Amino acid sequence: MSELQQLKAKDFKSDQEVRWCPGCGDYSILSGVQATMADMGVPQENFVIVSGIGCSSRFPYYMETYGMHSIHGRANAIATGVKVANPDLSVWVITGDGDGLSIGGNHMIHSLRRNVDMKIILFNNEIYGLTKGQYSPTTPMGQRTKTSPYGSLDAPFNPIQLALGAGATFVARTMDVNPKHMKTVLRAAAEHKGAAFVEVWQNCVIFNDGAFKSWTEKAVRDEETVNLVAGEKMIFGKDQDKGLKTDGCKIEICSAEDASVWDPTHESPGPAFVMSQLDNDPNMPRPMGVLRSVSRPTLDQQVWDQVGAVTGTKGEGSLKDLLYTKDVWEVK
Amino acid sequence: MSSEELTRQDDVTIRFAGDSGDGMQLTGMQFTATTATVGNDLATFPDFPAEIRAPAGTRAGVSGYQIHFSSRDIYTPGDDPSVLVAMNPAALITNYKDLKPGGILLVNTGAFTESDLKKAGLDSNPLTDGTLSGYRVVKEDINQRTMEALADTELSKKDKLRCKNFYTLGMVYWLYSRPLEPTMEWLKEKFAKKPELAEANTKALKAGYNHGELLRLFQGHYEVPKVENAPKGTYRNIMGNEALAIGLVAGARLAGLKAFLGSYPITPATDILQHMSLLKNYDVITCQMEDEIAGICTAIGASFAGRLGMTTTSGPGLALKTEAAGLAVITELPLVIVDVQRGGPSTGLPTKVEQSDLLQAMFGRNGEAPIPVIACATPSDAFDCAVEACRIATQYMTPVLLLSDNYIANGAEPWKLPVIDELKPFPVEFATDPEGFSPYSRDEKLARNWAKPGTPGLMHRIGGLEKDAVTGNVSYDPENHMKMTEIREAKIMGIRDSIPTPQPHGAESGDLLVVAWGSTMGATRAAVERLHKEGVTVAHLHLRHIWPLPQGLDEIFSRYKKIVVPEMNMGQLARLLQSEYPDYRFKKFSKVMGKPFRARELKAHFAEILEEK
Repeated sequence: MSELQQLKAKDFKSDQEVRWCPGCGDYSILSGVQATMADMGVPQENFVIVSGIGCSSRFPYYMETYGMHSIHGRANAIATGVKVANPDLSVWVITGDGDGLSIGGNHMIHSLRRNVDMKIILFNNEIYGLTKGQYSPTTPMGQRTKTSPYGSLDAPFNPIQLALGAGATFVARTMDVNPKHMKTVLRAAAEHKGAAFVEVWQNCVIFNDGAFKSWTEKAVRDEETVNLVAGEKMIFGKDQDKGLKTDGCKIEICSAEDASVWDPTHESPGPAFVMSQLDNDPNMPRPMGVLRSVSRPTLDQQVWDQVGAVTGTKGEGSLKDLLYTKDVWEVK
Repeated sequence: MSSEELTRQDDVTIRFAGDSGDGMQLTGMQFTATTATVGNDLATFPDFPAEIRAPAGTRAGVSGYQIHFSSRDIYTPGDDPSVLVAMNPAALITNYKDLKPGGILLVNTGAFTESDLKKAGLDSNPLTDGTLSGYRVVKEDINQRTMEALADTELSKKDKLRCKNFYTLGMVYWLYSRPLEPTMEWLKEKFAKKPELAEANTKALKAGYNHGELLRLFQGHYEVPKVENAPKGTYRNIMGNEALAIGLVAGARLAGLKAFLGSYPITPATDILQHMSLLKNYDVITCQMEDEIAGICTAIGASFAGRLGMTTTSGPGLALKTEAAGLAVITELPLVIVDVQRGGPSTGLPTKVEQSDLLQAMFGRNGEAPIPVIACATPSDAFDCAVEACRIATQYMTPVLLLSDNYIANGAEPWKLPVIDELKPFPVEFATDPEGFSPYSRDEKLARNWAKPGTPGLMHRIGGLEKDAVTGNVSYDPENHMKMTEIREAKIMGIRDSIPTPQPHGAESGDLLVVAWGSTMGATRAAVERLHKEGVTVAHLHLRHIWPLPQGLDEIFSRYKKIVVPEMNMGQLARLLQSEYPDYRFKKFSKVMGKPFRARELKAHFAEILEEK
């Protein structure tokens, strides 16, 4: 490999015309990922992006990297194969709330528990967009969609809680309309060794416009969300004058100076889970940023370590060893 | 006849039958391994219930293992056993009817109490009610004898009694003059960490052998001389699933690639995953995934990354892999999909044999998604077919479906090992040159470029959407879709250029051609040979490549007046052949009973067809 040259975001743009609806939140995620990859110090040819099916899953076509636009829900499984086959690659999964949490829910939880070293970006728009507006596993109860004309009866998943429950070593949340925040989160995900789960609140302008605007619009964002930063106090509010205080079990609003310090590296996923419960309390801000970041051996690394260890003990097997075992006999 | 008298026999079939907990599979496998080293040709047929431990002593819990061994070349595990070992009433009652008239029936009378009979659903004792007249019944309280033999052994009563299968094996070893050493060696190794168990089982084995002689239970004993004129070479006893595992690893090697197996446990394919998991020092990665779909998807991912992806399953699992198989077709990635067939539909008969996935393998995908299909015929043939599957997958950039079945998977036979230097490599060349690179440019075989991630300058995207034939970008163009569909079709049909025309075995031309595939090969070959010897102009044609069908079949079909296709399904190959060769009539002969064909029933059926006007 030649000496690594500094890549730019535009180097990651493919020659394909981007075909998302005008105003779609996907555009900013595309820019965010391109900028993040450029800064990672990884050779461009070592990136692999795998997606499933859905609006978000067109992503690989727009990226000048290796990529596979696969089948519905299976990106995590395919990406697992890519990463285990060649751990030198930087493997990214692009998925959505339908793709990753409904049809692909099984692969999602298993790739998280196995801690495969890959970055999973879940575009959550709380709707099926590509099939034109049916309720998804994150659509709030009661919402009217094309398949729930009288209101959805399904209790939604909280993606953060699902990831925490599956044993994810890195769990974070960001939003399409705050590129700066997104870059910080994507960078943290990129630097994480292991499965990194990032939920991105992404606005679908056509079928679910404004799903997150009560939290993401500039005018309310600072009041309605709290940005969690490791080792820093949990402060929010337009004037950054409010804080969150926690004893690990419950969370209260307090003054900025009384706020507790956020620690996403806690051994137990409990504090992150408690924090994610704020989503259910209309009087509390919703947590953004890195909720969990812990270290655990990755599947891919362990697979290769095991291959190395067995080869070390038994010696590298040849075709002859494979066929001519000790229980052979000769006919002369 | 004195008990010492040794009589020569050339062809023997023994069936060991007992409760699932009696260790009959192990007993059968040990007898097989020893018989292989003696130099007999052999074929085996294990037959066990789907339940790991059905209620003890019931008919549902009966587990059987049949071995046919001979001083001649043989093709099947034998039609009817000449020796039946029955460890309890359930085993006796479900198996004795298969025993040849006058055959030896060794019965463990220690398991014939009132309650044992009741568990087997018997109102009277078959040992005394005349059921068994016409057989040479040898009654022995094997439980009691085993306990006596281990009287001074420091084991619990239960553990001692568990050695009864080795006592039984010892008796049968004496009956057929087999050496004890291979099994003693095996016990030593198997119980290296529990030498007391090795010792107890060895004691039981020897006691059974000695008592066979001393107690004069049998009227003499037998020898089955080794096969004379067997082809020279190195041999090994092999079971189908193991041969397949080894073949997949060897195939990847011959392609110059490392193997990646993504799989999910399913009967009767699980052994392949288990065996390959042991082979990590052969550049093999195995991942037991969360489901069948993830199994094939990781394999596709691994192939994309430059390994040779493989996935192993059985019928229900193949159904789940369907959509992903289509992804491998349209992305044109090499992939080997193994289906070890079992009885269907749905869960069906998980531990029984059937050939009913052929049309699923052929057509079980959405869209126009041709996949080459090959089928193995015997345990050792599974090795060759696995290598062939790897060759086609990598040379033609395509998923390949390799069909095996439960009969091959668990059956065993002696395998003449290929000479390593004679295994022909088919090395893969990855694309590396960015100059004019397109992921969908093709070689003369229509195989597309394979550029693996990590290669500078060759970044590209593949996926499930139709691609432009030239640039590889997404294309909805109608003409292009037609063109790509035709290319994918032509690529698969082109495989015919690389496969030989199979030759009929038997009469060059004449009254009847029997076309068989998969594991029906053995019984068909045996039946056809017998008829041919009787002067009938009959031949057997075995098809390894089911799709594409080899060239030259038309000419072969034209040489016979009638064609029949025996299959363990409702006529799936016959239907395929009928549509491909409408000028000929392919008669179906179906057996869907969870059991393989017997040579005898095939011969009778062929004779019937010959009679038909």
